[in-house]
This record gives sequence, C-alpha cells and structure tokens, in this order.
Amino acid sequence: MAVVEVRINPKQGMQPAEIAEKIKQEFPDQVIEVAEFRDQVSVILKRDRLFNICKYLHDDAMLSLDHLKDLCGVDYLNKKDVRFEVVYTLYSIRHHHMIRLRAEVPENDPTIQSVTPIWAGADWHERECFDMFGITFKGHPDMRRILMPEDWEGYPLRKDYPLKGPDFENDWKGFTEMVERSKELSEYDWVG
Amino acid sequence: MIDTAATGLITVDEHTKVLPPNVIITALDKVVNWSRVSSIWPVTFGLACCAIEMMAVGAAHYDLDRFGIIFRGSPRQADAMIVAGTVTKKMAPVVRRVYDQIPEPRYVIAMGSCACTGGIFKTYSTVQGVDTFLPVDVYVPGCPPRPETLLEAIMLLQEKIKKETARWSPWR
Repeated sequence: MAVVEVRINPKQGMQPAEIAEKIKQEFPDQVIEVAEFRDQVSVILKRDRLFNICKYLHDDAMLSLDHLKDLCGVDYLNKKDVRFEVVYTLYSIRHHHMIRLRAEVPENDPTIQSVTPIWAGADWHERECFDMFGITFKGHPDMRRILMPEDWEGYPLRKDYPLKGPDFENDWKGFTEMVERSKELSEYDWVG
Repeated sequence: MIDTAATGLITVDEHTKVLPPNVIITALDKVVNWSRVSSIWPVTFGLACCAIEMMAVGAAHYDLDRFGIIFRGSPRQADAMIVAGTVTKKMAPVVRRVYDQIPEPRYVIAMGSCACTGGIFKTYSTVQGVDTFLPVDVYVPGCPPRPETLLEAIMLLQEKIKKETARWSPWR
C-alpha cells in the first residue's frame, strides 16, 4: 500500500464519535447502535461484514486504524438477547485516534470472521477468545486452544461454567494420571 | 566408650572427638549431612510472583550464596526444588517431571500460599497444593513470603537434613 500523507490533527486525530459516524455512513445496514459510556464510544455491529468493516478502517487513509490494541470476548448470559460479543479496540498510530467495535455473536452459532489477515497480532487473541468462550474464528490460520490443555473440555470463561469446573478432581486426564503415577512413585520416597 | 584420658582424644562436640593435630573421629552421618546442609543447590523453578521474591533472596541484598545455595539450571545437578508460585493443572506434569529428574537426595520447598494450598485460586485450573503430587519438606506461607521467611524455610530444611540418618545408603 502506498503511503499517503494525510494529516487531520496530528496531536488528536478524529474524535471517536466522528469515526463512528463514518462507519455508519459507509455501512448503514451493519451498525446496530453507537453506544457511549463515560466518553468512550463503541460501535455495536452485526458480524456478517465485520471483516470488510475492519478492512475499511485499516486501509482508509483518513482513519488508518493500523493497530489492534486488544481483541476479547464477552459473555452476556441472561443480560442481553445475543449472548456473546467480540470487542475490537483499534488505534491509529499515525493519527492518534481510537475506536471500539463490538460484534454480536449468537449462542447457537458462535462463529465470526477472523481479522488475522488484517492485523497479524490478532492471531493469539483470537485463539484465546476461542479457548475461553468457544467462539470460532473463520479464516484463522491455526484455530487451537492457547491457554488450556489441548484436550480440555468446555470453555472456562463462559458464565455458565462452574468456578471449580464441572468435576474438579477428574476433568483433565493429564493431571489425574500424573497424580496416580506420583502415588505409585511415593513408595520410593525416603522416610527418615 | 573410648577412654579419652588414655588416648588423648578431646571431645569437641557430640559424637565428635579430635586427636591433635588432625585426627577427627565422628559419625559418617554427621559428615554426609554437614556436606549436604552446606551446599543445597535448588533447581531454578519460578512459576509466578513468588519467583520474583525468590530471585530477590538469591540476589545481593539477601544473598543465598553465603549458605552455599546456588541456583542450578539443570534438575539433574540439583538437590532441591523451590516451587515458587501457582501450579496450574497444565503445568503440574512438568513440575513432576522436573522433580523426577532430580537425583536422590532431593528436597521440596513449597513457597507461597498457592504452592502450599492453591491460595485464593480455588478454580478449575489450579492445583490445590503441590503436596497432591510431590513430597513437600517445608511449607512457606505468605503471599508472597518475605525474603526472611524463605531464608527461615531454608534454615528449617537444613535442620531437617542434619537429623537424617543413613541416607547415604541404598539399604534404607
């Protein structure tokens, strides 16, 4: 991509509300709501064309949101109609402005487009989101668990997941097998 | 009993007699335990915030080296293991493998609330105390323990080693 010299306000860039307005103009059917809380603006989006919206925000010279600050999941169990949200916090290193996107993901089909082709840094964030919430990112190069053991069952940050897990003692065989083996080996411990 | 008056042996300590200038009669246990007490080499094994405190104890201000304690990078050349921090279920098999690689005699210090009991993390991912799969010699409470507390734990381990008998033999 050719570097285009665009200067809006080098110190401040655009206001988040202005960026939200631009997204609304460009993708009027995709924006559900522009929410504001304590001067922080977030754009709540449908997930269908999320990749295109992100691509636009990244490539547009006036916006140039080239840095993905964070990507995380939220579980709104019993609080909202659509259960999950994936939150993207974007920042422009050139213009020093930021915007937060929130894409709604329903429980019956927890999938969303991956943004790893746009921001390579999204790779592990998306894997963590998959590991903790079970949201699958389509088009991700390596959709595996990242924190929990690979053969773990369940998604621990979901609100209906018990704090101690469904069965604390036996929910991962890698651990239970090791405890059993250590019991066998304890026969050889030196007793003074 | 050896007649000290007739042989010229001088009792300097319990079970230790000296014949000047350089003959010393003592129990083998005492010699073996003394050498072990004076050079406990723990394998470097930090898992969480307690590891920072453990490093502080090893650094210049508290200076573990003065007790002959030198952190050793390889478990095969270590004598002890300071489990410093939260042990997750995923990490537990690795902790056990490192422990299994340490040759006898080997000792374990569980440092901090998490290593002792799981601490505040009674959750799906955290092991509720390393004693579920390791024989722990000294428990060090604290979150994290002060450096002095870890030093005290090492002193206690030394006291424990001093009391051992015949651990140098395969026939135990």
